[in-house]
Amino acid sequence: MSKEVAKERSMIIQKEMITRLFKELSGARETGKKVVYTFVPGNISELILSFDMLPVYPEINALQSGMRKKSGEYIRNAEQHGHSEDVCTYVKCDVGMMLNGNIGPTGEKIPNPDLLLLSYTGCFTFLKWFETLERLYPGVPIAMLHTPYQEAHKITPDMTAYMVKQLKEEVIPKMEQVSGNKYNEEKLKLMLQNSSKVEDYIIKIFDTTKNRPSPIDAYFAGVYYIGPINSGFRGTPEAIDYYAELYNEILTRVEKKLGPITPEGEMEEERFRLVVEGPPNWTHFREFWKLFYDMGAVIVASSYTKVGGVYDMGFRVNPDKPLESLAEYCMNCYTNLNLQQRVDLLSKCITDYHADGFLVNSIKSCNSFSAGQLMIMQQLERKLEIPIGFIESDLVDPRYFSYSNIKNRLESFFQMLKQRKMIQTLP
Amino acid sequence: MAFDLSFTRAREWKSQDKDRVLVGHMPVYFPREIIHAANGLAVGILGGGDKKLIIKGDAYYQSYICHIPRSIIELALDKHFEGFDGFIFPSICDVIRNLSGMFQLLGEGKFVKYLDFPQNFKYHIGGTFYRHELQTVLDEVYKLNGVKVTTARLNHSIGLFNLNRHLINQLYDIRQEFPWRLTAADLYHVVRAGNVIPVEEHNEILSEVVQLIGEEIGDPMDKIRVLVIGAFCEQPPAGLIRTIKLAGCYIVEDDFLLGLKWIQGDIDTDSAEPLEAITKAYLDKSPLSSSVFDVGNTKEARLVDLIRHRKVDGVIFAAPSFCDPALLDHPILQKECNDKNIRFISFMYSENTGQFKVIKEQVGTFSDSIKLWDEPVLADSL
Ligand code: SF4
Ligand code: SF4
Repeated sequence: MSKEVAKERSMIIQKEMITRLFKELSGARETGKKVVYTFVPGNISELILSFDMLPVYPEINALQSGMRKKSGEYIRNAEQHGHSEDVCTYVKCDVGMMLNGNIGPTGEKIPNPDLLLLSYTGCFTFLKWFETLERLYPGVPIAMLHTPYQEAHKITPDMTAYMVKQLKEEVIPKMEQVSGNKYNEEKLKLMLQNSSKVEDYIIKIFDTTKNRPSPIDAYFAGVYYIGPINSGFRGTPEAIDYYAELYNEILTRVEKKLGPITPEGEMEEERFRLVVEGPPNWTHFREFWKLFYDMGAVIVASSYTKVGGVYDMGFRVNPDKPLESLAEYCMNCYTNLNLQQRVDLLSKCITDYHADGFLVNSIKSCNSFSAGQLMIMQQLERKLEIPIGFIESDLVDPRYFSYSNIKNRLESFFQMLKQRKMIQTLP
Repeated sequence: MAFDLSFTRAREWKSQDKDRVLVGHMPVYFPREIIHAANGLAVGILGGGDKKLIIKGDAYYQSYICHIPRSIIELALDKHFEGFDGFIFPSICDVIRNLSGMFQLLGEGKFVKYLDFPQNFKYHIGGTFYRHELQTVLDEVYKLNGVKVTTARLNHSIGLFNLNRHLINQLYDIRQEFPWRLTAADLYHVVRAGNVIPVEEHNEILSEVVQLIGEEIGDPMDKIRVLVIGAFCEQPPAGLIRTIKLAGCYIVEDDFLLGLKWIQGDIDTDSAEPLEAITKAYLDKSPLSSSVFDVGNTKEARLVDLIRHRKVDGVIFAAPSFCDPALLDHPILQKECNDKNIRFISFMYSENTGQFKVIKEQVGTFSDSIKLWDEPVLADSL
């Protein structure tokens, strides 16, 4: 493996985009731009941006705190303020960050919210999270956008109508009031056109893992790829430029038959192809990734990269029906799918991307992902007769990352995959 | 009967008429009236408590998920729900939500419905959605027994459940004045039975108990009055309720079986659109609950109202381990208690906890410390 890691142009573009956003955020009080806190699943950034407001995602802040090794302290602070050890650590990390001055990943203060947009999609804890924030930022209005769950394996017209009414009568009026701007449907439509193009690129990018070797890692690198669309750039021309550039780079890698880029350079031999379910661990992200690339394991698809939207089954936002489309986008996020749909989607990924194994990273914090995962494993094992692996960690609580435990389990899993491959190649 | 995990009475009731259906529902709240009107019995499923040994259920849930879903799965795999026609999973958290998918994958019952309660409380928005959700449940039952739910039938059912809530509230009211007349554990048994028997029979039992404790029985003891909150889904073992009493407390308000007393007041029984009446009652008359987004009526204010109404000396925050909805509410509510100088303690439990020694000591110290303060704590501060 080459140790020389040259930054690709897309990485530089992404870094610039994020830096610019945080700069804009830190100057929001001076520029008078209003700030909306919201969540990644069902993040209707287009609508926020169409009002000229800036989005902030507490989950992204929490994961950044995890990567910057700040989350342990933040979580402890939140627990000292009465939060239980047993609850979602994203919430506690966010509360702790706020108690410590709300300093964002670039070292600048993230402004307080002017509006809390509770896009309550696929996770009940979001509701509790914003009830907590509502008390920490007294007087800030909350706009609730309740996204019905796809319990009957589909989106019904009633579900869409319910969401559109909430958008029209709850969310948009509050955005008008906070921003001082009128709702501008033409502007929103243009942004949705951009989003639709980006959604096309995202699918094309993640589809390149069909190649052997896979030119990308769809989990560890995948979380960077979904960064812009999940952190405030849905609907922007910059997002199109970024994804166009990224796609071209990946196509070049495909032509040259190159494997994925890792923090230590190119992965040279692809030995195992995996589909992973569950969010990654952020506090030990590099070590965690290394356990995979050192073994020649590449992730060809992951459910986590679909948390901010599932486009695999053909869904694209439709600029001609902007509000309906935003509603359907929210309802289509991964954690808003019921278990059967999740099994079907994962099964499609395993088959389409020719995975050798399926791995669950079960996150202590996150019931939205974790509750039911063991059954998903059983179903996939039965249906596809694929080797299954299971590890446990947490998103941002370093106390729940046991390197040796994960390593041991992964080694046994890779051993199982190796033996299976040997058997498959026997005449 | 209250803890009958074979659901004997419910099955027996169903066997008496081929058009009868059994619909199991998980915590917290489900408007049982609609099933009653469709010639069905809505059976509350509250997990296995400490009465069901978990063997298979642990293979379905990681250790850091609360206990109730694993005992419900164990009950399902051990065929405790045989004869049940359908299952309702009211929205409360992601565990219950995903459990609905597990029931679907296991092929339990003839229908499985996750009932998405609206978080928008305007009738023409959240109400329309909710009403449609209820209609979907009725359509499922209709497919099974062909019983048409008429206005008259539904209004009649609403009346029976109004009475049911009224009688439960009466029990709580009497106990507030005279808590020694019926222990909290006995009250819990009497109320919990309502989950597994027809409402008509439950109303009879409740009426008898109301009459019984309407007269003086037992002797008052020197105990503090407490409110227990956070135990609305996974139930505390009965031994825990007894422990709180032994440690010197009268529980005069709790949310153990919140679903059975959910609607605060009556639902209109004369409506030409009874589904609309049930919907409106949910929107306007829901109680303080972790599952409801509290627009304009904050949970801390509601807790203080409840404390005032029940004249309690202190609050016990008791939540199941790993219960996000309860545990994330507690810092908010506890801050309010601190600000208002209301004394409280908190602990966690699991439905199959067997040892209460530590909790007994903790609650005992709490009650002793309150008893030592000879003036009412709340009067001035509220
Ligand atoms: S429970 Fe999971 S999805 Fe919900 S806020 Fe926590 S980490 Fe996010
Ligand atoms: S105990 Fe809490 S977390 Fe568990 S199913 Fe019930 S509400 Fe959900």
